[in-house]
Amino acid sequence: MKVELRNPNRTLEFKGTMSVVALLNRLELNRESVLVIRDGTLVPGDAMLAHEDHIEIRSVISGGNS
Amino acid sequence: MKCRVCREPAVIDLRRHNANFCIEHFLRLCRDQVAKAIAEHDMFAPEDRILIAVSGGKDSLALWDILLDMGYQVDGLYIGLGIGEYSEQSVTYVEKFVESRDVNLRIIDLPTEYGYDIPSGSRAAKRTPCSACGLSKRHLFDQAATEGGYDVVVTGHNLDDEAAVLLGNTLRWQSDYLGRQKPVLPAGHGFPRKVKPLVRLGEREMAAYCVLTGIDYIVDECPKAVGNKHLGYKEVLNLLEAQSPGSKHDFYAGFLARAVDRFASAEDETIDDRPALRPCTACGAPCSSEVCAFCRLVERATQDVPVKLGPTAKKEPTSL
Ligand code: SF4
Ligand SMILES: [Zn+2]
Ligand SMILES: [Zn+2]
Repeated sequence: MKVELRNPNRTLEFKGTMSVVALLNRLELNRESVLVIRDGTLVPGDAMLAHEDHIEIRSVISGGNS
Repeated sequence: MKCRVCREPAVIDLRRHNANFCIEHFLRLCRDQVAKAIAEHDMFAPEDRILIAVSGGKDSLALWDILLDMGYQVDGLYIGLGIGEYSEQSVTYVEKFVESRDVNLRIIDLPTEYGYDIPSGSRAAKRTPCSACGLSKRHLFDQAATEGGYDVVVTGHNLDDEAAVLLGNTLRWQSDYLGRQKPVLPAGHGFPRKVKPLVRLGEREMAAYCVLTGIDYIVDECPKAVGNKHLGYKEVLNLLEAQSPGSKHDFYAGFLARAVDRFASAEDETIDDRPALRPCTACGAPCSSEVCAFCRLVERATQDVPVKLGPTAKKEPTSL
């Protein structure tokens, strides 16, 4: 599967299927800090991602303090 | 995973609520939480005229959408900060949001209307960019609300923002800030009422709201935020949240329920000792000195002071 990440922008490739939680663990990302998006909608933690999926992992943290 | 309400397939898991939701019931949860915050803190009434501070980010656009959906009259104010590509892009998301809705948006562009931008203002005033930015935004929102006769200014500060600020204030025991950290700042001394209807929703929820309703927002971070303390506090809180869901909410809600008033009372006593506010001689905004901090910032940022090099100054390299 193709996984798009930002800051810096990059695309990673993974083989086979795995759950959203497994992918986030593998990337050492905190589930509280990101959303996983596939085909314009959200996929929950237990959803299985298929080999041909193209997904975006989007950080939800913004930093302005005012 | 199935939706807690209707048992249809879920799109999001909210571990803090120990539940999963489908699109419809997730959106309903967001609206319910906003309605609850408004009622709980008596933020505003249905007939009030509301001014929302919008940045092009997820929180303010989602909040605007939710409030309109609930039937409130909400006009928007966007401030062009002149922070390069970030500002150029963020305004386009606000304009796109407005295009499809029957709402009023006012845009104040710092470079064209005041002759400075946040990077130059920050250098001239020797403030951090976020401090110069916060000062400018507060001033312009207050002014626009007063001039426009709005009853209340709403901002998109969410639970994560408030918990992070609370953590920062607590680490340094800033009792005066702690006493004022409430979701409602009443009007007074010539300042408008300010409220934060998103205090019951986290930023993951707000981003999810935008994705699920098709609201496009600026995903990239303001470059001035990178590496600031506020982000660090959010990361720490999310580590706690991952281990023990609900921590952020308990931290902030517990503070409001059991602690803020202890600091607030100490704060109230000092209010009378403060010098009375009087109008700024340049712009008329209430302030404690002759000229307000915003007008001083504008003055410094727009003064063209030539750089003087002393006789011992080293020659600068001519090429980069
Ligand atoms: S990060 Fe700082 S400079 Fe950037 S918009 Fe937020 S407050 Fe302003
Ligand atoms: Zn449902
Ligand atoms: Zn002034």
